[in-house]
Amino acid sequence: MSEVIDRPLRDDEKPAASRLRIVDCDVHPSLRSTDDLNEFLPRRWQQHLKEYGSHLRTPYLFTTPYPRSSPLIARRDAWPPTGGPPGSDLAFMQKQHLDPLDVEFGILQVLDLFIFSQQNLEFGAAIQRAINDWQLAFWSHRDPRLKASILVGQDGVDLAIAEIERCAKIGEYIQINVSPRANEPLGRRRYWPIYECAQALDLPLGIHVGGYGGHAPTGGGWPSYYVEEHQSNAHTIAAQLASLVIEGVPERFPKLKIVFIEGGFGWIASAVWRMDQHFERFRSEVPHLKRKPSEYVRESFWFTTQPIDEPDEARHLRALIEWVGIDRLLFSSDYPHWDFDDPRFAFKTPLTEVERKKIFSTNARAVYKF
Amino acid sequence: MARHIVASTSEIPPGGNKVVDVAGRDIVVFHVNGEYFALLNRCPHEGAPLEKAACVARLTSPEPGVYERSRVGEMLRCPWHGWEFDMRNGQSWFDPKRFKIRSYPVAVERGDELQKGPYVAETFPVRVEDSYVIVEV
Repeated sequence: MSEVIDRPLRDDEKPAASRLRIVDCDVHPSLRSTDDLNEFLPRRWQQHLKEYGSHLRTPYLFTTPYPRSSPLIARRDAWPPTGGPPGSDLAFMQKQHLDPLDVEFGILQVLDLFIFSQQNLEFGAAIQRAINDWQLAFWSHRDPRLKASILVGQDGVDLAIAEIERCAKIGEYIQINVSPRANEPLGRRRYWPIYECAQALDLPLGIHVGGYGGHAPTGGGWPSYYVEEHQSNAHTIAAQLASLVIEGVPERFPKLKIVFIEGGFGWIASAVWRMDQHFERFRSEVPHLKRKPSEYVRESFWFTTQPIDEPDEARHLRALIEWVGIDRLLFSSDYPHWDFDDPRFAFKTPLTEVERKKIFSTNARAVYKF
Repeated sequence: MARHIVASTSEIPPGGNKVVDVAGRDIVVFHVNGEYFALLNRCPHEGAPLEKAACVARLTSPEPGVYERSRVGEMLRCPWHGWEFDMRNGQSWFDPKRFKIRSYPVAVERGDELQKGPYVAETFPVRVEDSYVIVEV
C-alpha cells in the first residue's frame, strides 16, 4: 500500500456527513454529591446545606420535584457505570455524548440544588458561586470543549452583579444564566442592572426553563401531571419573552443577546404575530417601544431547539423553522435528560447543508463568539 | 434468510438481553417469560439503543382509578423518550402506522440437534446438552 493511503484521514478530509461538528447549547453536568462543592463553599454554608437544605416554594409538601417519571429525569442509558447520577462522570459523558456526536463545544447548564429557586438569597448566592467555580474545576478545565455559564439569582440584584463581575474577571465564562421563574416577570426594571451589566460585558443572557419560583408555572395554576408541567415550559418562556420585549429591555439594551433554553420553538411565531398585531392597536400605551415587537425578537433573541416539535407532516416542522428564522435557532441536546434530542435524527424535515450548519454550529458560534 | 446461532440459552437470563452483531446488523435478543425476541437494537424514533430499554407490562385503564397490567415484561419502553413497542413484532404502541422496530424470527434448538447442521462445528464448542438461541436474518 502507498504511504498516502495508509495515512489516517485528517478531519478536513472526511466527508461532511461524518463531521457534524456541532455546538450543543444545553448539556447538563451533575454533582456526584454535594461534597463536590465543599472546596468552594464556606463552612457556614456547608453547615446550612447539611442542617436546613433548600428552602423552596415547591407545590407539594415533603416532596422534591424529582424523579418526575424517569429517575433524575434522565435517559436510562446515561447512568455512569462508575456509579453516581447521570451527567456526573466526565469520562462517560465524553464517551457517550461528546465524542460520538462530534460536539465541538458544549454549554453547561447546571440545575443541581434547585439553584435558581432558592428563597434565601445569601444561601442561593453562596451555592451559585460554588457551582460557578465547580463548573471550571470539574468540567471546563478538564475538557476545553465544555463551556461554563455564570449562574446568578436575579432577585438579589446586588449579589448577582458582584458574582457576575467576579466571574467575568476570570474570563472563562460564556454567558450569564438567570431563572425564568423569578419573583417578578423578567422585563421588570428591578432586574435591569443585570442586563446592563451583561451588555457592558458582552455576555449573552441564558434563560433555561425549570425551577420553582413563587408562582404556578402556568397562567391556569398548578398542573396535576408531569405531562402538563412539561407543556408549561413553553408558556413560561412565552410570558417572559412578552415581558422582556414589552417592558423595553431590548429597546433599552440593544446589544444584549438573550437565549431561551429548552423552551422549544413551536410557539414563537404565534406569540410574535400577536404581539405585533396588538402593538399596532395599543402602541400609545407603550411609547417607549420604537419598533415592532417582532423586530426586537429578530435582533435580540435566540432559541435552542430541544425539545423539538414533531408534527405529523415534515413540511410543518419546516414551516415552523422558517417562521422563527433559521438564524434564530441554536441546536441543543439536553443530554443526559430523558427528552434528549439526537442531532442526527431529531430534525425530521429536510434542511440544506447551509441551514444545517447554521442551526448546528455557526449561529451559536456567532452568539457565544467561539 | 440465513440462520445464525447467537447465544446459548444460559447466556440470557429471564428479563435480560444480549446484543449480537449478525450480518453487520446490531441486533438485541430479549428473554421474556421463557420466550426469546430479536429486534434491531435501535429505536426508530431517534436511534436510542434498545438494549437499555425497560421491559414493561401493557398498562390499560378501563376507567379512572382502575389500572390493569397485561403481557408483563413483553412491552419495550425506549430508554430515551419512553416510546413503547410490542416485543413480539416490533409494533409501536404510540404511532403504529408510522413506526415499527425491525424484528427477526427466533428459534431455540438443542445442541445435539444443531450438531447435525452446518453452523456449529467451526465456531462453537458445543456441549450437546445445551440449547441455543438462533436468529434468522
